[in-house]
Amino acid sequence: MSRVVRKFTTRVPKWRPHVTPLDLDAATEEQRAALSETPSNTKISDYVLVLAHDPQALNARTPLFNGIMYDEGGLSRAERELGATAASFVNRCIFCAAVHASRYNQITGDETLMHKLFLDGAAADLPDREQAILRFAVKLSECPPAIGAEDFEALRAAGLDTQEILDLALSTALFGWANRLMHTLGEPVDDRHPAETE
Amino acid sequence: MSMRILEDAGAVPDAGPLADAVAFRERLMELTEASHEAALRPAQPGGLSHGLRAAIAARITRHYAETALAAHYDALAAGAPEAALAEPGAMSDDARLAAILAYVDKVTLSPSTASRADIDALRAAGIAEGDIVRLAGLVAFVNYQLRVALVLRGLAGAA
Repeated sequence: MSRVVRKFTTRVPKWRPHVTPLDLDAATEEQRAALSETPSNTKISDYVLVLAHDPQALNARTPLFNGIMYDEGGLSRAERELGATAASFVNRCIFCAAVHASRYNQITGDETLMHKLFLDGAAADLPDREQAILRFAVKLSECPPAIGAEDFEALRAAGLDTQEILDLALSTALFGWANRLMHTLGEPVDDRHPAETE
Repeated sequence: MSMRILEDAGAVPDAGPLADAVAFRERLMELTEASHEAALRPAQPGGLSHGLRAAIAARITRHYAETALAAHYDALAAGAPEAALAEPGAMSDDARLAAILAYVDKVTLSPSTASRADIDALRAAGIAEGDIVRLAGLVAFVNYQLRVALVLRGLAGAA
């Protein structure tokens, strides 16, 4: 058995499903079509094979997910990853946090911000703009109705315009979605030390 | 042009910076609507009826006092045998529905505490693997949608 990862890390673990992944040999036509929508030339992951139990939802979700994270204009790629990671931190989706913190680090070439986030959460001492984004994303993830006019004012004071705030809401909320799939339907494991057990 | 569910709940105005920002993400709004259809009114609902899905969605939005979306989901749930479950305090004597509601409430309000035991509990209540995935997808989608609606309304008020 491999060890379940319980601490935040930027080293991407393996994801082990709690639900039986779809058996490709038994897949319906619709399920096969939904699977072809996922990034090509990579092996189909257990995560996608679990979601393929519901092909209509998977089909609708994949282009939305990619659009929110990658479509041009508005909030920067890095700041979308910050919103995604903040949500994943709140929801304790260790796997999502690792993937998106490491993407943030790749884009910015700086690992100190994510290190601080994993250590101190919303209290992390960051530059003004990043701090405003982090605090908004944490609050939106924890308790949406707690968001008030002052939270929008804080984002505007940090220089975000309406488009950027909308894009931040989309990437943060998207991970309220992704975390609720990934963190409930499976768990992150480190299989580098097969001698260790849970 | 008909208003979409999310923009309607978010009270997006016809003109101004927010209308422009939403128009710029038009494709994402369409895809959000497609995900709503997949979560609430799928062609193949499996073991989760459209009525039960709508009641669950209404319950989730009520957990966060998201009244605009709750009204939308109440309308979808109207007449369904499970419509009463749209109230967060409502429980069920049926073991399968009770397990579903326990998952819905926990994963909405404290997803960080979810574990394998929650999935095992669904399975023990007789819920099929495919229905576990359908349920998780529904809960996750509505939690996304209600957050975007809330921010849209906040931006509309500030505009």
